[in-house]
Amino acid sequence: MSYSRIPSITLALAAAIAMIGCGQKEEPKAAPAPAAAAPAPAAPAPTPEVTVKLGHVAPLTGPQAHLGKDNENAARMAVDELNTKAIEIGGAKIKFELVAEDDQADPKQGTIVAQKLVDAKVNGVIGHLNSGTTIPASKIYSDAGIPQISPSATNPKYTQQGFATTFRVMANDVQQGKVLGEYAAKQMAGKTVAIIDDRTAYGQGLADEVEKGVVAAGAKVVAREFTNDKATDFAAILTKIKSKKVDVIVYGGMDAQGGPMAKQMKSLGLKAKFLTGDGGCTPEFIKLAGAASEGQYCSLPGVPLDQMPGGKAFGDAFTAKYGQIQLYAPYVYDAVMVMVDAMKRANSVESAKFLPEIGKTDYQGVTAKVQFDDKGDLKGGSISLYQVKDGKWEYRETIGGAPAEAAAAPAEAPAAEAKK
Amino acid sequence: MDIFIQQIINGLVLGSIYALVALGYTMVYGIMGLINFAHGEVVMIGAMVALTVIKLLAGSGLPVYIVILVALIAASAVCMAVGYAIERIAYRPLRRAPKLAPLITAIGVSIVLQNLAMLVWGRNYHAFPPILPVSEHEILGATITSVQVAIVLIAALLMAALIALIDHTRLGRAMRATSENPPIAQLMGVNINQIISLTFVIGSALAAVAGLMVSANYSIAHYYMGFMLGLKAFTAAVLGGIGNIAGAVLGGILLGLIESLGAGYIGDFTGGFLGSNYQDIFAFFVLIGVLVFRPSGLIGEKVSERA
Repeated sequence: MSYSRIPSITLALAAAIAMIGCGQKEEPKAAPAPAAAAPAPAAPAPTPEVTVKLGHVAPLTGPQAHLGKDNENAARMAVDELNTKAIEIGGAKIKFELVAEDDQADPKQGTIVAQKLVDAKVNGVIGHLNSGTTIPASKIYSDAGIPQISPSATNPKYTQQGFATTFRVMANDVQQGKVLGEYAAKQMAGKTVAIIDDRTAYGQGLADEVEKGVVAAGAKVVAREFTNDKATDFAAILTKIKSKKVDVIVYGGMDAQGGPMAKQMKSLGLKAKFLTGDGGCTPEFIKLAGAASEGQYCSLPGVPLDQMPGGKAFGDAFTAKYGQIQLYAPYVYDAVMVMVDAMKRANSVESAKFLPEIGKTDYQGVTAKVQFDDKGDLKGGSISLYQVKDGKWEYRETIGGAPAEAAAAPAEAPAAEAKK
Repeated sequence: MDIFIQQIINGLVLGSIYALVALGYTMVYGIMGLINFAHGEVVMIGAMVALTVIKLLAGSGLPVYIVILVALIAASAVCMAVGYAIERIAYRPLRRAPKLAPLITAIGVSIVLQNLAMLVWGRNYHAFPPILPVSEHEILGATITSVQVAIVLIAALLMAALIALIDHTRLGRAMRATSENPPIAQLMGVNINQIISLTFVIGSALAAVAGLMVSANYSIAHYYMGFMLGLKAFTAAVLGGIGNIAGAVLGGILLGLIESLGAGYIGDFTGGFLGSNYQDIFAFFVLIGVLVFRPSGLIGEKVSERA
């Protein structure tokens, strides 16, 4: 009697899965127009229309989906804005198309999606969000000659691999870690510091740099503990840290762990101060930590939104369209604009032709004046520190900027002409 | 010493949650020989529904305990409906199919539920409103919060009630009969469809309670939270002997303790060679050891292969 029912229900289930899959990725179907080719040189009469595909990758499912969607919204906003401007490059009208993909913050998925974008012949890639996915994916883009600008991958390795195609519009973790380490030791008066990270390329990389910074500032790292980017229970490691009597706990990881961690610190009676990097510098952190967030610190590359050159206008436009900014949205927006700016200057949408122009970028973006060093790192990246007061992140101070540039330069000088 | 006691308390709280979720796995396995991988997602839905209700009622001025009770009833009701629907839609049509088929639909259901929850509640994390009066208590130098005390007590109570239900009631006898041999049980007048549905419904109600506990303790709920929790609880069920109620409880508590003590002391034991990032290997080492020497779990009975 149940035989007849099997196929129909299985089908319905499969259809449901398929529908949900599509709805959530919002992946545009293959462009009906002949795919992005080089604009026909000097085509006569009516200007032809060329579709330029920009890949965007961020985790749209999984624990960091809220940050990934934030990134994608910003990229979409930039693309929509560009399309209303009727930009002409190389004598052709350009229509930008966003090819948005989901890497689940998983390095394995990151490379699969990267290959998919290469196969779809995207002209450039904005992303990925996480260092852990950006670094393995960057090799695939580099092999295919596709320029990549990450808005938020801060692990220094990303641009140190010798690829000509890698750029980022945010200060890296060498700068951020150093500032965090010094801040923990000096301003927060931490003589003994515990460092926790989530063992991702981002968290681990940041934590290693923080450790160097703490030691350089004359304080001691008495505990180094680990968790993962899906964990919710930190009682065991926090209890262990409690036994070491630390002044400051620094966490390298995202808000989804940082928030509950700060809360569990409080319920375990740990009096140490809490400091986290850009991954925890979100409104979500405060929501998740609740009252335990009060007085805790975070750092974020760049300056606060209201101090950014175009911060207020961007914030208003974004909020009206997509709601509250989570974290990296302005950086994603700038990354798209920097890439299109390079296309304009090269007068070509061909990856090989506009790639050299990205290195020469001198673009006044929302977040900062974007210029790259010879590795593709942002020049003069500054780091700002914030503290929670009355349930809101309150700006404390900005460290670095021009001096950080000078400090970073000698270390990277021998790299010579990695990028022409 | 106080640190050691604190780690034991941490482990007990974590273990109680694992145990409560593990019960859902073990009940279904005990009756149908099926691993219901969607169970973790039912816990997540319980947490989400409870959270939504609490947020709605938080401003209404009702006493806290009434709010929690209403949330719990709503969450249980929704979870029971979801559990019933899962069984009816995804498993019942496949009851005579090869064992692999329901396992695959189970994974499918889990993905569907996750994505549905993402559509309904969004991608953002939800913070548990701080309506519970949390107080911290000192026991021998260790700290335990009132919420944690409540978790351990409620979990213990529910487990005892479940064991009593299965061992001493008419329904329990029918469940045991169905577990032993469904066709014969049916011949003896047991409505096995009803019993299996009831098993799912009871398991889902426990999941709702677990969901509320998890989100109250960690003050976090997310559409993705069921996945890892489900995996750990499944491990706990296997550790104790899947299909055995007391085994699930034992496995859950044990897993919680191993994880907590592992994370706390693994660094000292190995002289810093392994850190707390290896906390899970302790748990899985124990699991492998148990499976090698006692394949049916710590207190699982030896069951002959059922067709």
